[in-house]
Amino acid sequence: MSGFLHFVKKETLHILRDRRTMLVVLLMPVVQVLLFGFAISTEVNNIEFFAVAPNRTEAVRQQVERMRVNPYFTFKGYIDQSRIDRVLRSGQAAAVVVFTDDYDRLVEQAAAGAVDEAAVQFILDASNPNNAGTGLVYLQRAFQTDGSVTADSAPAVRILYNPQMKSSYNFVPGLMGLVFILICAMMTSVSIVREKESGSMEVLLVSPVRPIWIISAKMIPYFLLSCLNLTVILLLARYVLGVPMTGSVAGLVGLSLLYLLLSLALGLFISTVSHTQVVAILISGMLLMLPVIMLSGMLFPVENMPGILQAVSCVIPARWYIEAVRKLMIGGQSFPAVWQESVILLAMTVVLVGVALKKFNDKLE
Amino acid sequence: MSDDIIISVHDLCKCFGSFTAVDHITFEVRRGEIFGFLGANGAGKTTAMRMLCGLSYPTSGSGQVAGFDVVTQGEQIKRHIGYMSQKFSLYDDLTVRENIRLYAGIYGLDRYETLRRTVAVLNRLHFRSEADTLVGALPLGWKQKLAFSVATLHRPEVVFLDEPTGGVDPVTRRQFWEMIYEAAAGGTTVFVTTHYMDEAEYCSRVSIMVDGKIEALGAPAELKSKFGAGSMDEVFRILARGAKRRE
Repeated sequence: MSGFLHFVKKETLHILRDRRTMLVVLLMPVVQVLLFGFAISTEVNNIEFFAVAPNRTEAVRQQVERMRVNPYFTFKGYIDQSRIDRVLRSGQAAAVVVFTDDYDRLVEQAAAGAVDEAAVQFILDASNPNNAGTGLVYLQRAFQTDGSVTADSAPAVRILYNPQMKSSYNFVPGLMGLVFILICAMMTSVSIVREKESGSMEVLLVSPVRPIWIISAKMIPYFLLSCLNLTVILLLARYVLGVPMTGSVAGLVGLSLLYLLLSLALGLFISTVSHTQVVAILISGMLLMLPVIMLSGMLFPVENMPGILQAVSCVIPARWYIEAVRKLMIGGQSFPAVWQESVILLAMTVVLVGVALKKFNDKLE
Repeated sequence: MSDDIIISVHDLCKCFGSFTAVDHITFEVRRGEIFGFLGANGAGKTTAMRMLCGLSYPTSGSGQVAGFDVVTQGEQIKRHIGYMSQKFSLYDDLTVRENIRLYAGIYGLDRYETLRRTVAVLNRLHFRSEADTLVGALPLGWKQKLAFSVATLHRPEVVFLDEPTGGVDPVTRRQFWEMIYEAAAGGTTVFVTTHYMDEAEYCSRVSIMVDGKIEALGAPAELKSKFGAGSMDEVFRILARGAKRRE
């Protein structure tokens, strides 16, 4: 047992001495949370628009004024009908709002419930369809208030859990799924394979320390590092991004610890099938990172995938983890709501730990 | 097994599928001797050595190391042997002192003993000023000498050296062999594989493996006269000519 503690100390020293890697590991989640939370967002701000208004009546000017003070819009000026195509093509604006000649009359009619003709037309640059789609929704909202776009034709929508539809929220669970795989699986496997490559593993195997202790000692520092990252991510999510975290925090932490264990088992498994550090990095990159990013629902909703990819996503642990974290963290649900995901993750962990240990022991022979 | 026999091996075999890596080898090593275990690459040296260290189970045959059975008592064997491989086995990103402490901890030495032996090793190697230097910054020759000291730190009955002097300059090789002699004089049995035939001359006895079998066994002088050769190099070439396995 004293040998074991010496090993833990040795592994900790390895990590501490490799300052650059440690810094990357500690800063990566912070940078990613901030980056995805603020810089990269699917929200559309500052929609630049021109207005075309043959008749600049009081109602038209009021409407434009309302939009000018709205933070989501930037008013660029009035233009002539003939310049619509040019301003959109040259990228001077993302949208043009065209008021009809008799805007006042049509708005009044619409308010009275008699709609026969549109009072405004929106022309949008859809070279980025996402932006155009979101922009259209904003424009429609802006006009709903004056009745020119009829509200009764659209269903009343209430958005639950994330009423402002902040996309930064949505990213945190995905980020957690990715970071822990990266640290636990990739770094653990690389550090085990490094010892195989350098020949020191053989010396350790000739020593009286049991192989399983050697491996456990390797995992402990990475496990602790991941716990530190978990804490940092949760704090950033709560206090910087303002994720409400009304759900079960204990459940969230428990589930995360389970996921860490699973990632460590994955790392051990990768180390048994690779002989060089490069191979270990490639396997982690291709078999873990890519599926986690593409198929886990982190970026693209699983429900929108073709059936075959949905089936593939079922065997990716991160998919279940991210789904559960989303429910607990953003959905504000309590632990029983994620029992299904927890059972699946637990089963995956048991199987992976079993397979990895068996493979590890076979390799020794 | 009589008292002065530390390793005894009888009809030991190791097969990987249909390939017989080690083919019925039988030999004994006496306590305190320097036993050279020679053979071309692929002759089965490393496989045989791994079985003696308890790293791999023999397919058939029997063997005892330091009084323990290689089939059933691998764990006890590990406590009584030291091992140093051709690859450098210390950690570059730990200091000299930390490396020594790690191995002391692995073999369960207590704090006092660890401290005492650390000082002894540092003094013997004239390393005291380098105790807190990262091992990665030391020249290769120094590293190898340190690796040997670490492999014998827990005073094992037998130390296995797998091509310990590969890639080391002649002066350091010479110093390294002085350390081996010193260890042997202190009662530690040295079991060493090497490619350098001049080193074979330093051994008390050598065995030469060809294609998984031991083709010659005896003191260097004995073997030279038996094969009518002027040097161990010649003896080795006469035997290796018959080899069928190629790397």
